[in-house]
Amino acid sequence: MAYTNQRTAYGETLLSLAKENKDIVVLDADLCGSTMGKMTEQALPEQHVEMGIAEANMASVAGGLARVGKIPFANSFAVFSAGRAYDQIRQSISIGKLNVKICGSSAGVSDFGDGATHQSVDDIAYMRVIPNMTVIVPADPNEVVGATKYMAENQGPMYMRVNRNDYPNVTEEGAPFKIGVPTVMREGTDVVVFACGIMVGKALEAAEKVADKISVKVVNVSTIKPMNKELICELAKDCKGVVTAEEHSVIGGLGGAIAEALCKECKPIEFVGVNDTFGSSAHSYNDILEYLGLTPEHIANAIELIYNL
Amino acid sequence: MGYSKELLESLEAKAQLLRRDCIKCIGVGVAGHVGGSCSSADLVAALYFYKMKYDPKNPEWEGRDYFLLSKGHVAILQYSALAEAGFFPVEDLMRCKEVGFYLQGHPHLGTPGIEAGTGSLGQGLSLGLGMAIGLKMDNKSNRVYVLVGDGEQNEGQIWEAAMAAGAKKMNNLCAIIDNNGLQAMGKIKDRLDSGDLAEKWKAFGWNVIEINGHDMKEIVKALDDAEECKDKPTAIIAHTVKGKGISFAENQVGFHNAALTQELYDKALAELS
Repeated sequence: MAYTNQRTAYGETLLSLAKENKDIVVLDADLCGSTMGKMTEQALPEQHVEMGIAEANMASVAGGLARVGKIPFANSFAVFSAGRAYDQIRQSISIGKLNVKICGSSAGVSDFGDGATHQSVDDIAYMRVIPNMTVIVPADPNEVVGATKYMAENQGPMYMRVNRNDYPNVTEEGAPFKIGVPTVMREGTDVVVFACGIMVGKALEAAEKVADKISVKVVNVSTIKPMNKELICELAKDCKGVVTAEEHSVIGGLGGAIAEALCKECKPIEFVGVNDTFGSSAHSYNDILEYLGLTPEHIANAIELIYNL
Repeated sequence: MGYSKELLESLEAKAQLLRRDCIKCIGVGVAGHVGGSCSSADLVAALYFYKMKYDPKNPEWEGRDYFLLSKGHVAILQYSALAEAGFFPVEDLMRCKEVGFYLQGHPHLGTPGIEAGTGSLGQGLSLGLGMAIGLKMDNKSNRVYVLVGDGEQNEGQIWEAAMAAGAKKMNNLCAIIDNNGLQAMGKIKDRLDSGDLAEKWKAFGWNVIEINGHDMKEIVKALDDAEECKDKPTAIIAHTVKGKGISFAENQVGFHNAALTQELYDKALAELS
C-alpha cells in the first residue's frame, strides 16, 4: 500500500535499503523520531549513528564516512541539516564530490507549529547554488520512495527535501524515479505550471479550477538540480506563459531555476511562493500555507494573470 | 621504548627538508604560510616518515593510515611531505597554486595522498571522526590522524567533534594540536584566549599527551603511546614555535602568511640547511 506521509516513506525506504546494503549509514542529530531515522536505529543499530545536537559535525562526519566507502544519509530538519551545516556541506562534502546524502526533513513550512526558526523557505536556493550538488524535491510519498532509492544507488552529494505532514499522493506508486526529468501531470496548451513538492498537487487543483476557460499544463519538477533546461523550454514552447509554484521563497528556488532555464524564451512568468519573508507559527499546515499564499487559489490567480496578459 | 639516535636524526633532517621545500614553494615576493608550516614540520615529518602506513604508488591503498590537515592553510607542508614520500614529483611543488593544477592553495580531494578538503577551519577533525567511525564499522585497524591548529580551537565544530569522539571512545583517532600560541592577528592569549587546552580535551573524554612539538623523541613516543590507548581518542598537544627554524620568523605573527624578500628567502634556506 502506498505511503501517505513523506517522512514515513523516507524512513521505511531507507531501512529497507540499509538492510540490503551494509555500507548505508544513517546519521541523526537528536531528531531521529521526526526524520524517521529511528526506523534504522531500532532495526539496524549498527548502521545508525547518533551525532547529538551538532549538525555541522554531522555533515563533516558524513563526508569522512563517504571517504572510507560508506553511503551516509545525514538527517535533520532542513533548517539544520542543510542550513546550519552549509559550510560543512560546501567544503567537507561538495568540493570533493563525496557520496553524502542530506535529508532536509520537516522542510518548507511543514513544521507549521514551530514557526520561522524551523521552517525552511530558503534551502532549495542555497543547496542548488553549490556546485556538484543534486537537489530533489519530491512531490509526494511515492516519489520519496523512488528518490531515496535513487540517492542510495547513485554517486555524489545529494540533497532531498522531505515534508512532515500527511499529504496525498499525486504520482503513481512504484513509478521509477527519473532524475532530471520533469513529468507532465496534466496536458494543456495555454499556460504551463512548473511545480515541486506539495505544490504539484495544488497546481493540479488550480488547473481544474480554471479548466473551463484556460487549458493548463502542469509539470512536476522534482529535480531542481540538475535542471533539464532543454526540456523545460520544450514544455513551455507552445504556452503563452509560465507559472511556478513552490513551498519556498520566490527568490532562488524552483522559480529562479525555471526563469534561468527560460531566460532566452521571452515567456512571462508568475512566481507563486513565499514572498521574501519568513514563516510563522500556525495552528495547522493549511493556515500557514494560506497565510503565505501557497494555495490552489493563489496558483489559479497567477494562471489567470498570465493568460490575460 | 628506545628510539635510536639515527632514527631521530633522520626524522629531524626530514623535518628540515620539509621546511626548505615549503620555503622554496613559497618563493620570493608572494605571500605564503611560513609560520604555521614551520611549527608543524616536525610533527608532520614524524607522521609521514615514522608512524603512518601508506603506499605512495597506491594512495588509495585500503590498509593506509589517514592524515588530515585540518589547518589546511599550511597545505604546502603536507604537499612537501607527500612529495618527499614519493606520492608525486618534488618538482611539482614549484607549481603549487597554478590555475587548475592538482596542488591547490588548500588541500583538495584528487591530489594523491590527500584524504580531505580542508581550509575552512574546524572541519578536519569531524571528517577524521567520520573516517574513524567508518573504519571501525568495518573492523579495520587503520588509524586516523588530524593536525589541528591552536587558533582553530576557536571554532565550535572542533568541540562538537571532540565531544562526539570522546563519547564514542574512538581510539583509532588521534588529534595533534599545533600549539604555537599565535593566530593570524596576534597571540591567541590576546585575541581569543583558548584557556587550558589540556584540561579542555581531557574534559571531553580524550587521552591527553603534552609534548614539546620540536623534540623528535617526544613526538614519536607520543604517537606510539597514542596507539596504546584503547578506550579513548588521543589528543597530542604539541607545544611549538611558529616559524620554527627561521630566526626572523620565529614567534612573529607577521610571518603567519607573509611574502619573503630575496634576502630573507636566502637567509631562511641557509638557516634550514
